[in-house]
Amino acid sequence: MQTVQSDFILVSDRRADASFLIHHYLSFYLRAGCKVCFLGLVQSFSHYSAVGQRLGVSLAQAREKGQLVFLEGLKESFGVLLQDTSQETQPLSYLRSPGAGLEGLFRFVESCVRQSGDGNAGESWGPPVLLIDDLSVLLSLGVSVGAILDFTLYCQATVCSELQGNMVILVRCEEEDADDDEEGSNLLQRGLVHQCNLALHVEGLPTGYCRDIHGQMEVWWRQRGETIYNQRKIFHFKVHDKGASFFARGTSSAVL
Amino acid sequence: MAAPVRGMIGSTSIGNTTSFQKKTRSKLVSIPGTRPSVQNGQLLVSSGVSSLDYVIGGGLAVGTLLLVEEDHYDSYSRMLLKYFLAEGVVCGHELFLASARDHPDDIMQELPSPIVDDVAGMKISEGQSQPSDPENPDTMKIAWRYQNQPKVQTALASSVRFGHYYDVSKTMEPELRQAAKCHSFYQLQETPVVTASSPLPSPYHSLLKSIQTVIRKEGFDGSTPQSKVRNVLRLGLHSLGSVLWGDDVCCKDNPAHCHALTTFLYILRGLLRTSLSVAMVTVPSHLTQNRAVMGRIIRLSDTAIALESFKGSEKETNPLYKDYHGLLHVRQLPRLNCLSCEVPDTKDLAFKLKRKQFTIERLHLPPDLSETLVDVQMGFTVTCRILEMSQGRAPL
Repeated sequence: MQTVQSDFILVSDRRADASFLIHHYLSFYLRAGCKVCFLGLVQSFSHYSAVGQRLGVSLAQAREKGQLVFLEGLKESFGVLLQDTSQETQPLSYLRSPGAGLEGLFRFVESCVRQSGDGNAGESWGPPVLLIDDLSVLLSLGVSVGAILDFTLYCQATVCSELQGNMVILVRCEEEDADDDEEGSNLLQRGLVHQCNLALHVEGLPTGYCRDIHGQMEVWWRQRGETIYNQRKIFHFKVHDKGASFFARGTSSAVL
Repeated sequence: MAAPVRGMIGSTSIGNTTSFQKKTRSKLVSIPGTRPSVQNGQLLVSSGVSSLDYVIGGGLAVGTLLLVEEDHYDSYSRMLLKYFLAEGVVCGHELFLASARDHPDDIMQELPSPIVDDVAGMKISEGQSQPSDPENPDTMKIAWRYQNQPKVQTALASSVRFGHYYDVSKTMEPELRQAAKCHSFYQLQETPVVTASSPLPSPYHSLLKSIQTVIRKEGFDGSTPQSKVRNVLRLGLHSLGSVLWGDDVCCKDNPAHCHALTTFLYILRGLLRTSLSVAMVTVPSHLTQNRAVMGRIIRLSDTAIALESFKGSEKETNPLYKDYHGLLHVRQLPRLNCLSCEVPDTKDLAFKLKRKQFTIERLHLPPDLSETLVDVQMGFTVTCRILEMSQGRAPL
């Protein structure tokens, strides 16, 4: 009997842009036929749609079929802020009351991933996938690190353990400060690395800016099923129009 | 030879030199002062400084936010804001200016005057729009097709052009300035609204409401039907985060409202994405004690640049920088609707404000590393020299 692997993948970056990995995972899971719940908190739907078109998936079509559920954080943000009554169950309720936690957001995710076997026109999708771009923006909106870690724990329990699905979360970090502030994104990233299976960390090159090598990515395998191993590798990458290419350090075609 | 038909040509519209009509794709929005990006088809507007447009990848995309980190005395960032607004006036865009320190009208009066003859034509042609009289004694006999064209260049030329140049020593003519529609928000004259339920302090909340009212009323978000020509709204927000906006992120180590400015920028970007508008925000970043907040603010905007002027610092007397007024750091470039963005050659840029131009130049050349095989011979001689010099021998 084949055991289904459910992964919690953490994508993080420091002074670089790791969103190309989110676009990759989005198109990858849509092509694999999984039900995808995407929390797009920092960009509009048309942005992902345009990139998805280049990578070969049609997000608009997937959304219509019910395979993709997309939460557009930016579009509704002003409306939520202006509302007189704040309902706790609303997904974007953290905008009005950031101190109250992310229960509304979790309820939204839960209702979305549990809906997969409902038999919409006979289509049954694969295991559910939760994609979040990006989680650290919630810190900028005033939500505490503890509340965000609670949220990811609940999501992991539901999506990965219960429903055997996958989770991919993007977290953007800042420079390490000498006097580390307690509510920083570094604390969030460390907490999430502890919870995840695979951590991909994207950074700029330590030697400085280069036009042909866009950065380096560290792959850290933490746990796969029952085996726990600690394997770290570093690759260089370059982002193209239709994807990214990875190569071992020092073997960029610009150098060779 | 066919005889010139005079009466019938009079019915053609001004601006057509031939009867050939280019078939325009109805999908492309043609708003004056904008052009589509070469890279990803985004609609771009000029920031008013052509060298800055080049550095940020062709121009500012409509629906995005440009963040400018101010220099110490706010001289060059204020100049950039004025260029941005002046460009809006010349292109016929609508303006929204918010400021807490100086009255918006004062800033508007200081806008630099545009150089170029076709702007002069823009004013004159409004009066002279009728075709020339057929009974005129000097009717053209050879170039009779051009008979009915007005004698000066029309407004179409100036609005089709992308990016203009300005003369800093002169201020813009009041008639030109008043032709543009400008909404202003002066923080010190606004009555504070009690917003106990909002996470934002009162000035930011009222500013957001004011912006949203303008966007909705003038139809920039497409809510009103297409009764008028579509236009772009340019928002200029001066010195956000300073104490005058009721925010203490610039004066305290642990501010009480540490999330006010970041929440404001997040919601502003949401408003921009759903309307035909561009915003330029200047922030006095040199005053923020908390470096992490600046990192978040940069990530919440689309394009971010920082100005560092040499005035008053020891770099002023450094011979390396003697030709320039300051350094320009590009903190972030947006990736809109595509995976890879325009990657600049080098990030060492310096600027100089001349009377007729704000130039941005490379300080140093980047290392010669490219994927195309350029000049192996050159590379070979250079490495030989480096080897010899490192071994203590004199170079050839």
